Amino acid sequence: MDAAVRELSYSQAIQEAMAIAMEADERVILMGEDIGVYGGAFQVTGDLVERFGPDRVMDTPISELGGAGVAVGAAVTGLRPIFEFQFSDFATLGMEQIVNQAAKMRFMLGGEVSVPVVMRFPAGSGTGAAAQHSQSLEAWLAHVPGLKVIQPATPHDVKGMLLAAVADPDPVMIFEHKLLYKMKGPVPEGHYTVPIGKAEVRREGRDLTIVATSIMVHKALEAAETLAGEGIDIEVIDLRTIRPIDRETVIESVKKTSRLMCVYEAVKTLGIGAEISAMIAESEAFDYLDAPIVRLGGAETPIPYNPELEKAAVPQVPGIVAAARDLAKGVR
Amino acid sequence: MATAKKAAEQSNLPFAYTQYSHEQLRDVLRKMYLIRRFEEGAEDSYMRGLIHGTMHLSIGQEASAMGICMPLTDEDQITSTHRGHGHSIAKGADVKKMFAEFFGKTTGYCKGRGGSMHIADVSKGNLGANGIVAGGIPIAVGAALSAKRLGNGKVVVSFFGDGANNEGAFHESLNMASIWKLPVIFVCENNGYGMSTSTARSTAVANIADRAAAYSMPGVIVDGNNFSEVAEASHAAIERARAGEGPTLIESKTYRYRGHSKSDRNRYRTKEEIEDWMTNRDPITLFETELKEFGVIDDKGIEAIREDVAREIAEGIEFAKEGPMPEISDLAQFVYTEEVA
Ligand SMILES: Cc1ncc(C[n+]2csc(CCOP(=O)(O)OP(=O)(O)O)c2C)c(N)n1
Ligand SMILES: [Mg+2]
Repeated sequence: MDAAVRELSYSQAIQEAMAIAMEADERVILMGEDIGVYGGAFQVTGDLVERFGPDRVMDTPISELGGAGVAVGAAVTGLRPIFEFQFSDFATLGMEQIVNQAAKMRFMLGGEVSVPVVMRFPAGSGTGAAAQHSQSLEAWLAHVPGLKVIQPATPHDVKGMLLAAVADPDPVMIFEHKLLYKMKGPVPEGHYTVPIGKAEVRREGRDLTIVATSIMVHKALEAAETLAGEGIDIEVIDLRTIRPIDRETVIESVKKTSRLMCVYEAVKTLGIGAEISAMIAESEAFDYLDAPIVRLGGAETPIPYNPELEKAAVPQVPGIVAAARDLAKGVR
Repeated sequence: MATAKKAAEQSNLPFAYTQYSHEQLRDVLRKMYLIRRFEEGAEDSYMRGLIHGTMHLSIGQEASAMGICMPLTDEDQITSTHRGHGHSIAKGADVKKMFAEFFGKTTGYCKGRGGSMHIADVSKGNLGANGIVAGGIPIAVGAALSAKRLGNGKVVVSFFGDGANNEGAFHESLNMASIWKLPVIFVCENNGYGMSTSTARSTAVANIADRAAAYSMPGVIVDGNNFSEVAEASHAAIERARAGEGPTLIESKTYRYRGHSKSDRNRYRTKEEIEDWMTNRDPITLFETELKEFGVIDDKGIEAIREDVAREIAEGIEFAKEGPMPEISDLAQFVYTEEVA
């Protein structure tokens, strides 16, 4: 990579992507609660209102259903809105417009329209914000044909995938883990895209494939480094997009390593891990498996307020290390 | 009561002084102090890293919580908001168990699972703060439906902020409460802003109370920093609700001194505006002045209240520190009523 590549935080990378999109295309507008002078609850829009004015960086009232719907309507009729839900938990209030309208409008109208809306969802636990501000609901949306759902894990990817999302003619939902916002990493200047629907092998290995999403990619990489010291060689795949899933990358990896583990923060049951597991079970990679598939996901509970319980409710590095060691050694 | 009221009308005393005994009025002042010192204590503990997460302080809004809750019985119920510490204390919560909750202890009201944003005290009729703006409003209507069907005479108060008046849940709830004539009082604590967005920028009507007309119920505006005015409106609305005449929307105009939550650059309002409210319209100062004027309390009495409250707060924090943390093995406790495999 270019030695001159700067480091930006994940939130700065999002902000830069939005600014580039707005510079390039008058039709791009930002909408959301407190994204103007306040700069967004997580300071992601920051000072963009000063640069682009309140007509393009629009504070909405606290009206998620209406706001999301206005974004959908504007997208259908010529604008390119990027709508911020203040917390991903409030997707629940916007669900009607996302699921019944945005996802289906093109289909129901026989392809006469498209819905180029981007929605951003600050997600995940770890901030002590308790049960209604800490959820990981991405699998809900990934269940809906018509939507694309992405979970970029690095500053580089979030910039490139957001720019890909803005250019995409269909609705793209971006889940941003709140603990990633401050994470820094190399981010090229200017316009570039990272394709939606393409996973990335973050670490190559022979003994075991870990498919991880969002912040769990970093935890899995940390676990892999620990286990490398024990001679266990782990391949870590950053899934990046959960709809549509990059089947090929995952299947090829499992054929190579013969062992699969899925790590994600959302509640384990009926989540992305179930989908990946079923996908492998249905594929030619099934014959290559040397051990049952392992899923590590969130506990079957809302996210608790107490910090120790909160940590225990989602996969952490020591747990990933232990489970991966057992799986690699065939201990079950 | 009725005769006292008449006498007062003649004497031109504000409502509260005709309605409540001196002892009750002194207790109101005490509780207003308790709310403020509780929040200052919580803020301080947060700064020192003893409390994690986030919290929303209602400092400056104490008269509103007290005025609304004063006429409620322990059986009456409330739903509250993310800015709910004052409502909780006004409804009778023990600050010990509130602090314990903030410290994440099993001795807290929610056994350490909820924290500030979900503080509740079901035994005293507080059905809970809420992390979702307007989330508690339909729940209050449901509680009022229960009260009506069960004929238990309870009334329900739903507290919410000005920002909540632009959620669909608000509009749907007011409509249902009105068509079914339910014993519920909608209390909008209008502190001028929903996070950074002023009501002028967010709301198409000049007063939230104007919304009431669309749902055929009385819309009443009160100075939320004037205890007596709030209490008077609350009494009237509760009387109407208990008489089976249906809901009322009360707009209590007030102000929050602190930022929206733990971090806030206050970019959306001026220092002058904040200082004006703090120096000229502080609800506790106004109430104290009035109490002294009407001979309800003197400086010594006020000092005694402050000391007593300081002691209660200190004890509350000690209690919170001593409580046990939840066991990790109990992670899935309380998810279901009966354990599910
Ligand atoms: C449905 C929903 N949208 C947004 C938020 C984020 N949020 C929390 S409090 C708040 C402002 C609420 O303003 P208001 O109702 O006036 O209450 P105040 O904070 O002023 O007491 C916002 C936007 C939320 N918690 N829930
Ligand atoms: Mg407000």
